[in-house]
Amino acid sequence: MLTLTIPEVGLFALLIALCLSLLQATVPLLGAATRRPLWMAFAEPMAWGQFVFLLVSYASLTASFLLDDFSVDYVARNSNSMLPWYYKFTAVWGSHEGSVLLWSLILSGWGFAVSLFSRQLPRDMLARVLGVLGVVSAGFLLFIVVTSSPFDRLLPGMPADGADLNPLLQDVGLIIHPPMLYMGYVGFSVVFAFAIAALIEGRLDAAWTRWVRPWTNIAWAFLTLGIALGSWWAYYELGWGGWWFWDPVENASLLPWLSGTALIHSLAVTEKRGTFKSWTALLAIFTFSLSLLGTFLVRSGVLTSVHAFANDPSRGLFILALLGITVGVSLLIFALRAPRMSANAGFSWLSRDALLLINNILLVIMTITVLMGTLYPLILDALGLGKVSIGAPYFNSLFVPLTVMLCAFMGLGPVSRWKQMPGRELFRRLLGAGLAALAIAISIPFLYNGQWNVAVALGMVAALWVVLALVRDLFDKVRNASSALSGLRKLTPSYWGMVVGHVGLAVTIVGVVMVSNYAMERNVRLDIGEQVNLGGYDFTLTELGERRGPNFLADTATIEVAREGRIVTTLYPEKRLYIARGQPMTDVALHPGLLRDLYVAMGEELDDGSWAMRIQVKPFIRWLWLGALLMAFGGVLAVADRRYRRRRAVAANGESTGPTREVRA
Amino acid sequence: MIRRLLLLLPFLVFVGLAFFLYRGLSLDPSARESALWGQEFPSFTLSTLEEPGAEVDESLLRGRMSLVNVWASWCPTCKEEMPQLLALSERGVQMVGINYKDARDLGRQFLEEFGKPFEVNIFDPAGDLGFELGVYGVPETFLVDANGIVRYKHVGYITPAQVDEVMAEVEKWH
Repeated sequence: MLTLTIPEVGLFALLIALCLSLLQATVPLLGAATRRPLWMAFAEPMAWGQFVFLLVSYASLTASFLLDDFSVDYVARNSNSMLPWYYKFTAVWGSHEGSVLLWSLILSGWGFAVSLFSRQLPRDMLARVLGVLGVVSAGFLLFIVVTSSPFDRLLPGMPADGADLNPLLQDVGLIIHPPMLYMGYVGFSVVFAFAIAALIEGRLDAAWTRWVRPWTNIAWAFLTLGIALGSWWAYYELGWGGWWFWDPVENASLLPWLSGTALIHSLAVTEKRGTFKSWTALLAIFTFSLSLLGTFLVRSGVLTSVHAFANDPSRGLFILALLGITVGVSLLIFALRAPRMSANAGFSWLSRDALLLINNILLVIMTITVLMGTLYPLILDALGLGKVSIGAPYFNSLFVPLTVMLCAFMGLGPVSRWKQMPGRELFRRLLGAGLAALAIAISIPFLYNGQWNVAVALGMVAALWVVLALVRDLFDKVRNASSALSGLRKLTPSYWGMVVGHVGLAVTIVGVVMVSNYAMERNVRLDIGEQVNLGGYDFTLTELGERRGPNFLADTATIEVAREGRIVTTLYPEKRLYIARGQPMTDVALHPGLLRDLYVAMGEELDDGSWAMRIQVKPFIRWLWLGALLMAFGGVLAVADRRYRRRRAVAANGESTGPTREVRA
Repeated sequence: MIRRLLLLLPFLVFVGLAFFLYRGLSLDPSARESALWGQEFPSFTLSTLEEPGAEVDESLLRGRMSLVNVWASWCPTCKEEMPQLLALSERGVQMVGINYKDARDLGRQFLEEFGKPFEVNIFDPAGDLGFELGVYGVPETFLVDANGIVRYKHVGYITPAQVDEVMAEVEKWH
């Protein structure tokens, strides 16, 4: 009997969370404006309550999935009694309503975390930050309740069984990809709330940046992992071996990542030099706005995409209104309050300040490039100028040269000093690294297959330049110490975070360059006993069979792979037919390796009983995601620094606007 | 003063952007995606559902106007659409099917069960032709004129009420 009312419990908890978020959005902000401590103190309990009730609501929806309650419309559309339990658990965010609920749960989780870890914040600042988070949260909860409640019932006339989860989403990568991505998207809301609070107070100083940097880096690290997981999933699940498609939904996740990367660097300048203040605030607003824009693009269906699963104009209008109010009001606050914040620390055109400024300009240009490419078809259509779709050639032709330029400056940045860097010294310190990068990069195409390839050499120069310049910097730092070990020990986590993050980008670039230039692919017809050679590997089809999974039937193949007569591995690709939806799916067989992946996908059965197969050899593809892991790790490492864990008393003293202490990082 | 105006700039840019996003809501993305309108039907070489050994290409659609319907046996909406397709075929429209991401025996069984409006069915198990056509949901219907130019596209299922609408397009481009 109790289990029958679970969806109602969920809906009720959702409504309570909405009420709490409305209080959180108004009372603390008013309290901070009128200096009433009691009103300001509302913020924290409301944030906790909201988190707890959303957790209850989310757990109820999960319970409905696990109990196969097909009287709930959302469960009936996205689950099936044959679905394994772990996919029932993840099917909760397999479609629109559930994923927005997850979005809100994560948002309230971040609010809860702010309240836990920001005890050293001044009370009015904390009230304002949580108040702004409450506004965002109230908007999204209202959106769920009004347009997309996952608790709607199908009574009477509940179906006997559910329509099943989309087979594409029945996969480990999808278990973790959306939550990671949302952690990143939503995490930027904290930075956004801090920026708005700082603008309202007119106070954006070194202490403020020390509160904000950990939140920024951690959100950014989650977003990095989320994007990498999405790319990895597309690679092995969609069956054609691609890893990035410049699809609007992918672009929507890349946009906040690019501007978030710019924000991380601009925050570094604001902390160390007290400059770039209004720019930092603007980037914080931009980054969160781009997260919201991404949500709008995905949810409203204004752009078609392989990911578009919820096309509903009324929902689109609601999110647009939400986007308009949040972003419009915050940009208006920015325009009114930013003039108060000015800085007068100058810097020479060759200094770390200047190089970070160039980094920011390049990253913003990249963001605009992707944004324009994504929205251009929409804008042209809205102006009645015709219908176009923009594809990979546009993005590649702009993005690749911009990345190479970014790398050129990334080599210089860490070696330079703040305020001023003598050009001669920079040249002297980096000449060796530059020449070595050039020499190694030019020889790599010859070493790989004996042929010159200008694209490979250029990409390698970019990646090696970044790494070797860092090596040189490390060498210089350690050389002056009494012993190598004590020199290394003196370096701060901030510095190591920067090193690991930059090396991560270089590793990803190596992966992109190698797999784009040296991937091999063959589409062949194979019968039992037949063999095909690709890239030095012999693929032999030894067996064909059939098997039955929990909710699918599969044709299976066994393929032995040998190199120079020695067996490397045996691959088992499958062609599955998911029973409830009758949808065929390709289950790719992979043999991953640090230097190359072997990739076999089954096509279709031909009339003589043989099979069409797609066989690929993908060199260095793992480096793409390995680099992303390093970048995310670097982001977290950088904020493990002691200076971000100082207590209230110290933080309050750090209110000077100028450079605080000379901390080499 | 100039600095103040400069700081207002992000807000103004956003207002402009919001206007386009708002307009975008009332536009049909599927119509935009069909950059195919007025373009030639993409070239292909595939077998037919009826004959595994046969080889057909885009010349199949030359010389006569045809209505090309993308369908699959795994698509429940396609069953609902069959009576309308039969009606169109009875009214003299040449119908060509694309059996999309399907298995041969399942496709044939589907036609036995729900009717055969199509003169021929292009068999596209890997979805290659569907990809070229920008198909993102089944069913979809394309009107191709005698010169092989795509003239009209209908996304989703043709309801009984829409049969006359489609017929009007057929007559318009005849």
